[in-house]
Amino acid sequence: MSFILSCPNCGPRAVDEYAYGGEVTERARTSGDERALFHYLYFRTNTGGDQREWWFHSSGCREWFQAERNTTRNEVLQVARPGELAPSREPAGG
Amino acid sequence: MAERRLAQRQGELIDRSQEVSFQWEGREVTGYAGDTIASALYAAGTRVFSRSFKYHRPRGLMCCSGQCPNCLVEVDGQPTVRACMTPVEQGMDVKHLNAWPSLQRDFLHLVGRLTPSFGMQVGFYYKTFIHPRRAWPLYEKILRNAAGLGKLDPEHRRTERFDKVHRHVDVLVIGGGEAGLEAAAEAAEQGRHVALVEEGLALGGQLAWGGPRSNGRLTALIERVNAAGVEILQPAYAGGVYEGLLVPVFQGRTMHRFRPAELVIATGSIEQPLVFGNNDLPGVMLASGARRLVNQFRLMPWEQAVVLTSSDEGLAAALDLADGGVNVLAVADSRRGADGSAIEDAGIEYLAGFQPWQAKGSKAVTGVVVTRDGEHRTLACDLLVMSGGSVGQTALVSQGGGGIRYDRDQRRYVPDSLPDGMRVVGAAAGSAAAAGAVPAQAPKTGCKQVVCFCEDVTTKDIALSLDEGFSSLELSKRYTTVTMGPCQGRMCHRNSGLVIADQLGLDPDSQRVGVTTSRPPHNPTSFSLLAARGYEPVKRTSTHHWHAEHGGKMLWAGDWKRPYDYGDGDSEVDAVHESLGLIDVSTLGKLIVRGPDAAAFLERLYPNRFGDMKLARVRYGIVCGDDGSIIDDGTVARLSEQEYYVTTTSSGAGGMEQWFTWWNAVWKMDCEIVNVTSTIAAFNLAGPNARTALSTLTDFDLSNEAFPYLGAGHAQIAGVPCLVLRIGFVGELGYELHLPAAAGEHLWEKLMEAGEPHAVKPFGLEPQRVLRLEKMHIIVGQDTNAESNPLEAGMPWIVKLDKESDWIGRYAIEWYKRRGNRLTLVGWEAQNGGVPIEGTQVVGADGQPAGRITSSRFSRRLGKAIGIAWLPVEQSEEGTAIRISDPKGSTIPATVTHKAFYDPDGERLRS
Repeated sequence: MSFILSCPNCGPRAVDEYAYGGEVTERARTSGDERALFHYLYFRTNTGGDQREWWFHSSGCREWFQAERNTTRNEVLQVARPGELAPSREPAGG
Repeated sequence: MAERRLAQRQGELIDRSQEVSFQWEGREVTGYAGDTIASALYAAGTRVFSRSFKYHRPRGLMCCSGQCPNCLVEVDGQPTVRACMTPVEQGMDVKHLNAWPSLQRDFLHLVGRLTPSFGMQVGFYYKTFIHPRRAWPLYEKILRNAAGLGKLDPEHRRTERFDKVHRHVDVLVIGGGEAGLEAAAEAAEQGRHVALVEEGLALGGQLAWGGPRSNGRLTALIERVNAAGVEILQPAYAGGVYEGLLVPVFQGRTMHRFRPAELVIATGSIEQPLVFGNNDLPGVMLASGARRLVNQFRLMPWEQAVVLTSSDEGLAAALDLADGGVNVLAVADSRRGADGSAIEDAGIEYLAGFQPWQAKGSKAVTGVVVTRDGEHRTLACDLLVMSGGSVGQTALVSQGGGGIRYDRDQRRYVPDSLPDGMRVVGAAAGSAAAAGAVPAQAPKTGCKQVVCFCEDVTTKDIALSLDEGFSSLELSKRYTTVTMGPCQGRMCHRNSGLVIADQLGLDPDSQRVGVTTSRPPHNPTSFSLLAARGYEPVKRTSTHHWHAEHGGKMLWAGDWKRPYDYGDGDSEVDAVHESLGLIDVSTLGKLIVRGPDAAAFLERLYPNRFGDMKLARVRYGIVCGDDGSIIDDGTVARLSEQEYYVTTTSSGAGGMEQWFTWWNAVWKMDCEIVNVTSTIAAFNLAGPNARTALSTLTDFDLSNEAFPYLGAGHAQIAGVPCLVLRIGFVGELGYELHLPAAAGEHLWEKLMEAGEPHAVKPFGLEPQRVLRLEKMHIIVGQDTNAESNPLEAGMPWIVKLDKESDWIGRYAIEWYKRRGNRLTLVGWEAQNGGVPIEGTQVVGADGQPAGRITSSRFSRRLGKAIGIAWLPVEQSEEGTAIRISDPKGSTIPATVTHKAFYDPDGERLRS
């Protein structure tokens, strides 16, 4: 991986300046539904396509932000401060 | 040495006024400044430079441009140096790589001679040497000795420093031939910042080695490039093209990581060998190689030459060589309808329609057999110049994400679709006038016809691989290793495709043969360059030099350097127990959490309760992941209503900062997190005399009533503003002082002075580990792992499941609680003198592993080995006898204990 990622605070930088924080997930908030809890804790969708994810600018401003990225082409579709990503684009042809 | 040199001429690279001497195989050779190792040796009459990889056939110069593997040598102990690309230096020591006992008489060559009966084709040793199976280690040893290129000296240590540099330019041009120079000049003249990379010793590509006619054009072009301000890196090479047009450029001891806005690929083309019998004999040379020797080094490549060609390039080469002073006897052109009149006009015999059959000779060429329609003609010669046409170098294009397609008209692969920001110019783009003609099919001569010079793969090997079912280029490549040697297919990619097409009956001009995948590195690259210095500087605490000057054995602890001990760890332990010790704990992670929501934030982040904390108090806390596992621990002091001071483990500092800020990014609470790890020094003054010693430096009331255990307060100590935490990781009365790092050395020295009446000793990391173990204090990451939760780790009292707020790890820990504990973290002691090693197993009643030792030390004070272990709940009762495995074969008996080994009720801490 050597694509360029834009930090909302610092601008475009090589991806090795950042730490990957994983997929943006919805936190399970109960221990009652064991399946939902374990799914949140241990499963990742590992999307081949557009994915929302967390990034930490470890060699820069040391702030977290979110990005939407096409994981097969490593094309960064948008970046935003946490929780501020625009709604995803429609899938092609859909 | 003079007799092989031709008369001085414009365009030569050598400086005849300056002689350079070096060692070759133990004897002295003299060349000129500007010579390469290869040209100087050739001038001195050397024809055999190496032995081939597998059959140990003698090999001589072929490409003279760093493409083929034939001239790899060892220089000053460094193996696999390309002699034709390395300038001679006074006194260098050059040796052959892989022959025994010598290059001229290589015993291992016999192996190749025995080939027919021995069956040493591709894959032979998988088939031949598996019986009897137990003899394989012996076979392997012999084979490993015979194969490979050179030997690494395990004692050799690099003393040079290697570096990485990040570069951003508008335009990066790879290749300093005519097209590359033009593209670079053009871009620079538009005011763009341009860098150009050239791997050879001379700029200009074919203009430089193609003879004197192009000298004027080259000089003008170089002047233009210099005037335009192009930055030239030479000799340097691009190791690959990665995503986002990241190009590592290797120059000397530096890796430049170029990130250009535009990448121009001007890598040119490479002339291809022809496939015929004994086509690897010394004296068989590529036309471009011979022209480099004649035009750049003014060397007579040998006395009587025959040119073998399948393209106009070979005809031009014959004329250029004749012009340069080489005696060209004949040109055999495998095409029938080509125009050979220029050759005949020059007085050279032109043999139309004759293709090469086999070269004659054993150590060097003595002649060649050419053939047409079953008619064989033998020509005596001592130099065979071959030209199979050239192919564009598109490897970097496809690595960078470009598409490659076969162009039938040009008979070569050309770039098709290109990624944004990439441009291909010159011969690599397929624009060169001379198209490489497909040579006629390889003859059936009965002697070796080498396709891959690096790995000694012959036409027969490829045929065999196809017969055995590896029925495509990619499969055959994996079986025969064709294209996988040092040249990365430069010399064999096209020919292996042609041989496969021939064998499979495919049209060689069809797309169906395909191309193999090109991967970085594009050139052989030293590991030292890839492992160049990182950007993480070593971290030293404010008192680093004091430790080093006072016998501290400094060792790595993460990015930090810390003293292991000061020479006598046992007495350092004793000092803390009996009087006074001082340890530098500045490496602890330190975070300030401040804001109206600071209390609520920590309540959500920790299983502990922090909202109810009184001011000026400190509390031990653990941090859990959302899966309930322990990820860090430390203390939390409440400095004011809205401000907390959090310490983390030394190794966890960076990770905890990320963890805290991440959750605050999710929750968006009204508080801020600041990492003050490196600006704040921290020392722990511990021992029964800590209060007495410290009170001489401060007015702060240190009495047990005013400042009890787990108190936190601000104090001026020896004039330095300190945050004082009364905690006891090492089990004695202790004060952890946090202060501005700039004042660290001053306060440290004051503390040592104040402790002098009490025989204070500085103590290191190892004595601290003993002390904490005596108190059964865990170290996160040593006594816990990714599966350790606080319930099983014996800290259920920390977990406040009744907290009203949600907190990280809550739901997983609720689930663990319902499930019940399976393992539990306990102490153990062993009194028979044995000290188990950390990480070893606890042996169950059935002899199977039942648990794991995480910490183990011998405590002198207690007179026994003590430690911590994970055990199944049913074997973890206080007093349970366990057996700990020992690598010496026996087991060590031990007893489970739940209470701290030393001062179990904490009276000393609280005193």
